[in-house]
Amino acid sequence: MSERGRRMSKRLMLAFNVIRKKPSTMAGFIIVTFFLLMALIGPFFFPLDIRAYPAKRYLPPSLEHPLGTDAYGRDVLMQIINGSREALLIAAMTGLVTISIATLIGVSSGILGGIFDEVMMRITEIFLMLPQYPLLILIAASLPRELNLFEVSLIIGIVQWPATARAIRSQVLAIRERPFIEAARCLNLGRMHIIFREIIPNLMPYLVMSFVLALTGGIYSQVVLFSLGILRFTSVNWGVMINIALGEAALINPKAWIYLFSPIVCIVLLQTGFVLISSALEEIFNPRLRTEE
Amino acid sequence: MRWIFRKAALSLFTLFCAITINFFLYRMMPGNPVDMMIQQFLALGYSYEEALTRVSMALSFVPTAPLHEQYVSFLKGVLTGNLGYSIWLATPVATILGYGIPWTVFSVSISLVISFLLGIVLGMHMAYRRGSIIDKVLSFYSSITTAMPQNILGFFMIWVFAIQLKWLPASGPYSGVDPRVFNLDFVISVLRHAVLPILTYVLTTVGGWILTMKSSTISVLGEYYVTAAEARGLKDRRIVTAYVGRNAMLPLFTRFAIALGFMFGGVLLIENLFLYPGIGRFLNQAVYARDYPLISGLFLITAVAVVAANFMADLLYSRLDPRIRFE
Repeated sequence: MSERGRRMSKRLMLAFNVIRKKPSTMAGFIIVTFFLLMALIGPFFFPLDIRAYPAKRYLPPSLEHPLGTDAYGRDVLMQIINGSREALLIAAMTGLVTISIATLIGVSSGILGGIFDEVMMRITEIFLMLPQYPLLILIAASLPRELNLFEVSLIIGIVQWPATARAIRSQVLAIRERPFIEAARCLNLGRMHIIFREIIPNLMPYLVMSFVLALTGGIYSQVVLFSLGILRFTSVNWGVMINIALGEAALINPKAWIYLFSPIVCIVLLQTGFVLISSALEEIFNPRLRTEE
Repeated sequence: MRWIFRKAALSLFTLFCAITINFFLYRMMPGNPVDMMIQQFLALGYSYEEALTRVSMALSFVPTAPLHEQYVSFLKGVLTGNLGYSIWLATPVATILGYGIPWTVFSVSISLVISFLLGIVLGMHMAYRRGSIIDKVLSFYSSITTAMPQNILGFFMIWVFAIQLKWLPASGPYSGVDPRVFNLDFVISVLRHAVLPILTYVLTTVGGWILTMKSSTISVLGEYYVTAAEARGLKDRRIVTAYVGRNAMLPLFTRFAIALGFMFGGVLLIENLFLYPGIGRFLNQAVYARDYPLISGLFLITAVAVVAANFMADLLYSRLDPRIRFE
């Protein structure tokens, strides 16, 4: 246990060093932490209040309303903060669904090989060929009732797993060829030991990186679904805000610009943060990139 | 030759899957959209029989028949080009496709060519000057733009070029001209309206081409034949074009063919932002109107394009790279 603990702390130190060395990675972590905090504790300070206040329509930014108000007199900052919780929740659940399906299929396909691999990869290929966003819309449009957050995440995950599954499979194939696996096989350590104690731990950094990429996919897809108004919605969410703003022709109404551009700036920042972190993880995973400096 | 047949078979099977998903999504979903369509007609004051005939006509199958019969007649309809009737526009779905496809093909093919060429030039430049300012800036730009929803950049485009500077129109395919008269005014109007959608498309997709071309060029630069060409004292220009460029571009041609196929599926956000009447715009409007035959037709044309393009890409690659043929 202590041996394992020491190895873990060594790895964490290594990860921390990589983060510290590059300002862009640091920036990525700061951005994502900022939004995480916003989603976790923000709503306690700015509770969601979606009642309309006709007297407060489109107020300019002030101390009381730092980002002004929208067409219904609701505080924009309050919507942004509560929206971050939903945006991140959908992204996180989408990431989990994507990674779970992709790992299950990628790892089993890479390890079992043979006919199973062949069939699985053909299925993956077929899914990859189906156009992603139209398929997402087709599924969303076929569901006549309102979806909860988990269902939204589920359909996004179901649509976006194939590319990740294929990448994980090729990683498994590469790891399988490494000498230490051969050594484990010579030691007759058993299949389960090789899969769970040798292959999966070595795959872990790659899985984490894929998870972060799946998060960006989750944000992207929910923006597609919500900003186009394809999913019916009851709550506040960045994509929903864009959709409402566009419905009120916010682009040609200077008073509504803050309302439209606040969620946009948040999406841009958050996606940038995720991308920066995933490229840092790629460096940790792939030391050859690290020495390139 | 054998693998071409295998690829063709897989492509056909994929299409078959797309059609099947399309069909069963209607029938299997909770709440049953087909019943909802009948309800819509009933609400308009039709009798049940009339509603049923209208729905059958729109769908190209009779919703009360047994499921497998519905499926067979749906398949037959798709194969004979009968995609049903749009409820919202009361026109055959095929006619709407015929109207929407040219707009998408026009704007996206121009965007794709620009994006592709720009990506090749910039990517190669960056591979030669690794670590330079241009390389760093463009690498960062490329990796973050792939994660940005396209309409996000589009908002800024409209805000800057259409609202603040008032240089270009913000929406629609043309304005102030008669579309039935094909003259210079019409062409100019169409081109002016296409600038912002094209610009947005190029700016959001060029990153992918840049990164692919950069890594492809880097791997070609490590090949022995490049070193050999340098050792033979060939001119840099010739090495760049005939040795490095040609080989580094190989994988990009395949991707280009695939990207052509994804054009109908990839313009959803842009066309809806700029109200550009292509496939993506109709898809969103069909969803709003709950117009299932139209949604289905639009999804099918998108899937057909992707599958066909993938097949073409495989053929193209085997022509361009003889190593694949002998595998």
